[in-house]
Amino acid sequence: MIRVERRLEQPRWLSLAVPIGSLIVAFVVMTGVLLVTGHDPATTFRRLFDSAFLGSAELNATFVSATPLLFTGLCAAVAFRMQLFNIGGEGQLYVGAIFAAAAALLVSGVPGVVAIPLMIAAGALGGALFALIPAVLRAFLKTNEIIVSLMLNYVAALVLNYLIFDSLSYWRDTSSPEAKVFPQGKPLPDAASWPLSHIGGLELPFGLLLGIVIAGVVWVLYSRTRFGFEVQVIGDSPRAATYAGMRTRRKILAVMALSGAIAGIGGASQDGDVRHLLDARGLSAAGYGYAGIVVAALARYNPFAVVLVAFLLGGIQNAGYTLQGADFPSGLVGVMQGLILFCALGGELLIRHRIRFERRRPAESVA
Amino acid sequence: MPAVSLHGITKRFPGVVANDGVDFEAAEGEVHALLGENGAGKSTLSNILTGLYRPDEGSVELYGERVEFDSPRDALNAGICMVHQHFRLVPPFTVAENVILGDTRGESGRFLVHPRHIERRVAELGERYRIAVDPRARVWQLSLGEQQRVEILKALYREAKILILDEPTAVLTPQEAESLFITLRAMAAEGRTVIFISHKLHEVTAVADRVTVLRGGKTVATVDTAESTTQSLASLMVGREVDVATRVPREITIGGPVLELAGVGATGDRGAEALHDVTMTVRSGEIVAVAGVAGNGQRELAEAITGMRPTTAGTITVDGKPLKGGDAREAIHAGVAHVPEDRLHTGVAPSLSIASNTVLKSYRGAQIAHGPLLRLSAIKERALSLITNYDVRTSGPNVPARQLSGGNLQKVVLGREFSGEPRVLIAASPTRGLDVSAIETVHRYLREGATGGMGIVLISEDLDEILALADRIVVMYEGRIVGELDAETATKDALGLLMAGVTEPVA
Repeated sequence: MIRVERRLEQPRWLSLAVPIGSLIVAFVVMTGVLLVTGHDPATTFRRLFDSAFLGSAELNATFVSATPLLFTGLCAAVAFRMQLFNIGGEGQLYVGAIFAAAAALLVSGVPGVVAIPLMIAAGALGGALFALIPAVLRAFLKTNEIIVSLMLNYVAALVLNYLIFDSLSYWRDTSSPEAKVFPQGKPLPDAASWPLSHIGGLELPFGLLLGIVIAGVVWVLYSRTRFGFEVQVIGDSPRAATYAGMRTRRKILAVMALSGAIAGIGGASQDGDVRHLLDARGLSAAGYGYAGIVVAALARYNPFAVVLVAFLLGGIQNAGYTLQGADFPSGLVGVMQGLILFCALGGELLIRHRIRFERRRPAESVA
Repeated sequence: MPAVSLHGITKRFPGVVANDGVDFEAAEGEVHALLGENGAGKSTLSNILTGLYRPDEGSVELYGERVEFDSPRDALNAGICMVHQHFRLVPPFTVAENVILGDTRGESGRFLVHPRHIERRVAELGERYRIAVDPRARVWQLSLGEQQRVEILKALYREAKILILDEPTAVLTPQEAESLFITLRAMAAEGRTVIFISHKLHEVTAVADRVTVLRGGKTVATVDTAESTTQSLASLMVGREVDVATRVPREITIGGPVLELAGVGATGDRGAEALHDVTMTVRSGEIVAVAGVAGNGQRELAEAITGMRPTTAGTITVDGKPLKGGDAREAIHAGVAHVPEDRLHTGVAPSLSIASNTVLKSYRGAQIAHGPLLRLSAIKERALSLITNYDVRTSGPNVPARQLSGGNLQKVVLGREFSGEPRVLIAASPTRGLDVSAIETVHRYLREGATGGMGIVLISEDLDEILALADRIVVMYEGRIVGELDAETATKDALGLLMAGVTEPVA
């Protein structure tokens, strides 16, 4: 008989062993899926791995796909730590991209050292302001931030589409006749392109480095400061926080704003690192915000783990783009990602509980 | 033939043997007390009987038949109901909904239920057993005492043949406890078996037919209450002489007023008036007890003074300075310490370490924080000194607070609250659910605090505790202070009448 029991103590090694074990299980199940669909698992994994992590061109592409996941992953992790479920990373990223693109267009002509910080600040501001809508409603009217932030994603997506496809907005390219037929964003000035750092043969996008720095800042903020201490207490027991005289409302506003700002910088990084215009279709097709929730969950809300998980999932995503074709349906990569999430969330159970196998004792075996 | 019989029950947990070859028998129609200190193995034994744990060794028989429970549902189906010390209720549900929760018999097992029928039945049971609760009230709105009634109603509604009650009187007045005992006796007279877990000796002798005493996971003895005294039971239970119900003489130097309430009003969670025109003064060096039946405004009083609940009228003055009210931080800075009723979820953040909980209120101060940064070494130091000074039994300051036993957890809360050198301490049910040794310790700290010049407000439903500790007693009834007595001369009967709302002109 199998019984699931609550663990009396949670050994430290578990918090590393369980995610790794979950990954292994996900790959084992994936092997089954590949066998059933008539693919050779060894070759497929090999190709997947090769095109994600082997070779500098592959790694460079992985860095590019990992960067937005890093931002949205941090966005979710920062809020979830306080039991604030900001599902709005998607929308906050769009608004950040809109603000950052506006900043870059407004100051065209200035050098990069001015334009880039401005874009970062504008993206952060946009994301934070947009995240403050659910935050204010939650803090003062006790509405559910999950629903509000989720619904605002659709609002942000519609605004984004409106700016490029349904209006002659400031962001839309109206310079040539074909741009009117095939609407797209106005190209950003060259100074607004974020630099690449070359290390060995690798090209690290500026956004990736910025994201890693932000992960470090978040770690310090949450583990070494008064602010982080309050976030921990509020996340664990709001009653205890009130009892200790903490200002819970202010903290909700601050944490949501921080979370939104990080997603907004992710949007700015999309403008500056990759797309160099406000790419309405590209951004809304990617679904970075939702993938970020997966990243945060797998990373158990630890900012450094978010960096690793973003890199891993970014690699798989990148491999998916490269490999998809006649012999490799694009859905397989989706299945892979789904399995990883599924196994990781299932593995969470093992951190708090243990499974015991015991035989039903025969009635006479009384010692 | 015994209704319940356990033979050689052994249950091991990592590092401890909670039950070590325990034998236990309870007959049909008897009230059988299970007596022992916390950690003696009472809870483990009752968890085995209710199917929550499986014993590693030993057998369980009901009415002569060997049973093996794979889940609590099996035990429920066998007619065993338990009223837990930590309530198993769903806070957003109504009383009636909680009563039928998980019940699959008859009306409540149907896909569609008639709430009115169930509410009527719950109300009837409440009337009949003198534990009435509004069946339509939501559980989160109820006081702990009222929640306990819901638990008892749940078992009554299911017509349990074997009822286990874990420390059921902890939140009741003497009169309520009396009436519960009548309920229990009536249930036993109807042929049911009542297993009554307690460490309160006078209750055991008052209500039980027989007592089984556990100590250190082993059965020490089973005795007839008719042939035993509280003294003999105490020595069986603890292995030495203890007494927490006698007044300990204390040198009292009463100073100026440190806490003054004038005409304070506040509303409860349901929006109804919970405090009305409360006026009282607590002076430095005295312990003022607030007695009352659970749910008569004591919780709101504690929360109003400590700033966790806004006041609607009147003024609260601490050490001569009036508080704006409704702001816990303001109260903390004014010198109000608070040992809350729900120590696990209000008194500490349960998943955080002992160290973090040690600085739950002082993390803003200069000794702990360096600008926005925390000084982790200072936090650890403070936690270690609290662990040493208050004799907290734990493996270290990084242990999550929830892993501490009730007594050790309360030591952490007390140690932290005393460390801020408060002027006033509000202690709400500070010994609820603690064992005799831990109660002794908490009482000693409260006495020392008062002797050191603090003004202490002791909110308690335990009259023995109030009579043993307090210098003055005020009684609350329906949100008002209905009387004040000198603790030296007060009697339980006089207090009980006031607690029930019977006020006489002061002679």
